[in-house]
Amino acid sequence: MTALDLPTPSLSRDGLVGVPPSEATQTRKEFTSDQEVRWCPGCGDYIVLNAVQGFLPELGLKRENIVFVSGIGCSSRFPYYLDTYGMHSIHGRAPAIATGLAITRSDLSVWVVTGDGDALSIGGNHLIHALRRNINMTILLFNNRIYGLTKGQYSPTSETGKVTKSTPMGSVDTPFNPVSLALGAEATFVARTIDSDRTHLTDVLREAAAHRGTSLVEIYQNCPIFNDGAFDAFKDKDSREEAVIPLRHGEPVRFGSDGRLGVVRDPGTGSLRVAEVADVGADAVVVHDAHADDPSTAFAISRLTNAGVLQQSPIGIFRQVERPTYDDLARGQVQTAQSSEGEGDLAALLAGKDTWTVD
Amino acid sequence: MTRQVKQLDRVIIRFAGDSGDGMQLTGDRFTQETAAFGNDLSTLPNFPAEIRAPAGTMAGVSSFQVHFADHDILTPGDAPDVLVAMNPAALRANLPDVPRGATIIVDTHDFSARNLTKAGYSESPLEDGTLEPFALHEVDLTSLTVEAVKEFGLSRKDSARAKNMFALGLLSWMYGRPTEPTIEFLTTRFAARPTLRDANVTAFRTGWNFGETTEAFAVRYEIKPASMATGRYRNVTGNAALAYGLIAASRQSGLPLFLGSYPITPASDVLHELSKHKRFGVTTFQAEDEIAGVGAALGAAFGGALGVTTTSGPGVALKAETIGLGVMLELPLLVCDIQRGGPSTGLPTKTEQADLLQALFGRNGEAPVPVVAPRSPADCFDAAMEAARIAVTYRTPVMLLSDGSLANGSEPWHLPDVAALPRIDPAFQTGHNHVADDGTEEFLPYLRDDETLARPWAVPGTPELMHRVGGLEKADRTGDISYDPANHDLMVRTRQAKVDAIAKSLPPTEVDDPGAESGQGARMLVVGWGSTYGPIGAAVRRVRRDGLKVAQAHLRHLNPMPSDIGDILRGYDRVVVPEMNLGQLALLLRGRYLVDAKSHTQVNGMPFKAAELADVLRGYLAALEDEIPEPRGMHEEVPV
Repeated sequence: MTALDLPTPSLSRDGLVGVPPSEATQTRKEFTSDQEVRWCPGCGDYIVLNAVQGFLPELGLKRENIVFVSGIGCSSRFPYYLDTYGMHSIHGRAPAIATGLAITRSDLSVWVVTGDGDALSIGGNHLIHALRRNINMTILLFNNRIYGLTKGQYSPTSETGKVTKSTPMGSVDTPFNPVSLALGAEATFVARTIDSDRTHLTDVLREAAAHRGTSLVEIYQNCPIFNDGAFDAFKDKDSREEAVIPLRHGEPVRFGSDGRLGVVRDPGTGSLRVAEVADVGADAVVVHDAHADDPSTAFAISRLTNAGVLQQSPIGIFRQVERPTYDDLARGQVQTAQSSEGEGDLAALLAGKDTWTVD
Repeated sequence: MTRQVKQLDRVIIRFAGDSGDGMQLTGDRFTQETAAFGNDLSTLPNFPAEIRAPAGTMAGVSSFQVHFADHDILTPGDAPDVLVAMNPAALRANLPDVPRGATIIVDTHDFSARNLTKAGYSESPLEDGTLEPFALHEVDLTSLTVEAVKEFGLSRKDSARAKNMFALGLLSWMYGRPTEPTIEFLTTRFAARPTLRDANVTAFRTGWNFGETTEAFAVRYEIKPASMATGRYRNVTGNAALAYGLIAASRQSGLPLFLGSYPITPASDVLHELSKHKRFGVTTFQAEDEIAGVGAALGAAFGGALGVTTTSGPGVALKAETIGLGVMLELPLLVCDIQRGGPSTGLPTKTEQADLLQALFGRNGEAPVPVVAPRSPADCFDAAMEAARIAVTYRTPVMLLSDGSLANGSEPWHLPDVAALPRIDPAFQTGHNHVADDGTEEFLPYLRDDETLARPWAVPGTPELMHRVGGLEKADRTGDISYDPANHDLMVRTRQAKVDAIAKSLPPTEVDDPGAESGQGARMLVVGWGSTYGPIGAAVRRVRRDGLKVAQAHLRHLNPMPSDIGDILRGYDRVVVPEMNLGQLALLLRGRYLVDAKSHTQVNGMPFKAAELADVLRGYLAALEDEIPEPRGMHEEVPV
């Protein structure tokens, strides 16, 4: 697999500020729990788990200050396999549970592991509100475009027309594009990566963890049992070059053999499309700006993803901007109240303003 | 001029008007004046779910009833001695509750043909004899107010809005209430708007002077202060007391308070109150929905906070799955259900206690949750502390069942001695708790305390104790995922046994049966829970005044119930259970203790009336007298 290079961003990297560092160097083994991993052979989840176990020592945080919270689905078994604190919660609610944890514990590195059904169907509401609030946590959204744990029904990211157990004549639902959804929900960090490119996956995780606020990382993840080959276009040597639209901040968005193709703006509609660079000229190619305040161009890039069977998709960090986080602001209000008014006096609180005494 | 001053032992006043007339504020101010004066009191706000229903209609009538006395009272009172009606609709909506001979003060200003029609009157009740049985005072409150505040140059509409303060002034004069608290209140409230401040204060004073100078009001009344236990008091609503109880529990446990909540009537005031007290380390999170509210609270609890969610019945339904997760995770979590009329959206602003079975059983699987209920507005403080004690000590979600009448009703609260409040020990796990067979020390997240059966609470950030919890069945001791049939059976029974064991920590049930000690006890016991404490107590007093014997017991703990309750129930020939539902506690008592408890129910959105309940109790007592115990065998059928 080709690794996509990511430039060092100019943004502050405060995502882990307040989380105590580990005194000793850590190893992958320390992050591996004693539980037997029970995903199907060949599942993309193994690759992501390996990548995360390999990446966590790099953060250099005290292991006891890392928490993984998941919902329900195949990917949500993730916390059991990591020797950190963890909670395997209920369907769709992990972002809400993680929100309460992150607000009350600024000394924790909080991670949410979820899937396309968990995050976008039953838990859609919690996902969008976590993103708009910008709670300091990282959400790993494993998108295999199918319900695996319930054995093969279509999901909210399955392509229209998908034939599954619950849609024998083909799905008539329009799918979500998770990146578009996240951008529409005011997310400050939105990225997409793929299970088969471990280097890129790790690079994105690094940026996501460093981001202060909610980082949403969509991971294309193959389900070998119920939706095998959904992402083959990005893995196959022959198709890969023309399928992956690599996003690198500050660089023109070009891809294909020798950068034959480029993303250009349609002067008529203002939206983006893919063109032969030879036809439009190199200057017409859009330069990716992940740090732009206005998410419009990032959204337009996200629309270059096929809605149907995936043949082409932008991969990388779509948006990476700074905005105050809800949890910092909420804690700030408590601190302000305490520093300006002093810590509360319980007896005075209970008495209130109007008391009388019976002698 | 000299007035006749009449001594009364108690009075019930009801202020009624349009939703926009400020009746809740008027009632609240009168209550504060009454509290400051030293009467015992109890209040009942009653308002529509619509914020501003069409003006002048029956749907838009809002009222506030206050009962005050020179002795200890238990309820907001059944029927008003005085009704203040600000418009025809307020008169028509409340007249059925007013007994003959009572005083009615009417603002005549709005008795136009149009308003009479809106209220459903074809003729003016002021003229057709409808009000003859009452002591009627017709006063054009609106015009008098507008005239009084003319000098401040307000619009006519703004001038007229001060009429509630005129009415308050008049009633304050009639009942000898102190005026300083209200003037101080108005001065503070309108500090930034001097014109409105002056207009309201003037309207209030003019109302007082109107009573003083008009001959229409020949009598003033005096209700002496009640003799209450010595100490410091304040007036408090149930929702405020609940919020204070949560803050006190946070302080006494050393756990930061985290509230995850979604606005819902009649619980929102707890969110509002707690959001004001950040200096106590309180974090309030207005979530995107009910599920997120409880989810965030559970997440905070996982991190070592006192996690609380506040809601009403519909919200409890939505939170059920997360509460079940809390049962499985065995983490402390407080779920406060301020009950309202149901099912579905039901009657959002009316009271009911029909969520008892939902609290006990409204989850999938065997998911036992302790349930506690406050019995009066001030008691919400103690109930919150008790709920927190159970949640933290036993590592379990706890349901607290308040209701609309407690939430918005108020009473004098004998302030507790803060230094004497009980401590709640979170007893966090900080190290290994087991030695493995190979001699290595380890942490078993589901190894239990022998006494309480509680599991260790090890929060993130604690070295060496990293572990994973989740909704899948846990293996005993290790907490690993387990699908083993025998383990599931063990864990289901253990979670139940843990909740049952709470009963061991409860004090003996108090039974109010005055003759019992001398062997002259009652044959009939009345058992209730929650906000019916006041009406049941008042009804029991009435029955006893007839010379009849009746005993009363009121349950704070609905799950588990106190260990002695079965014997207590079986010690009486008749058990009567009045409830504002269709017999939920009666069902539990019958099912658990095989006692033929008689259920008396009311679901009209209002508290029981003491007089009506007393009649019901008299009926049961009479039936009991008629039952002549017969020797065994007398009922055998004789063959024909």
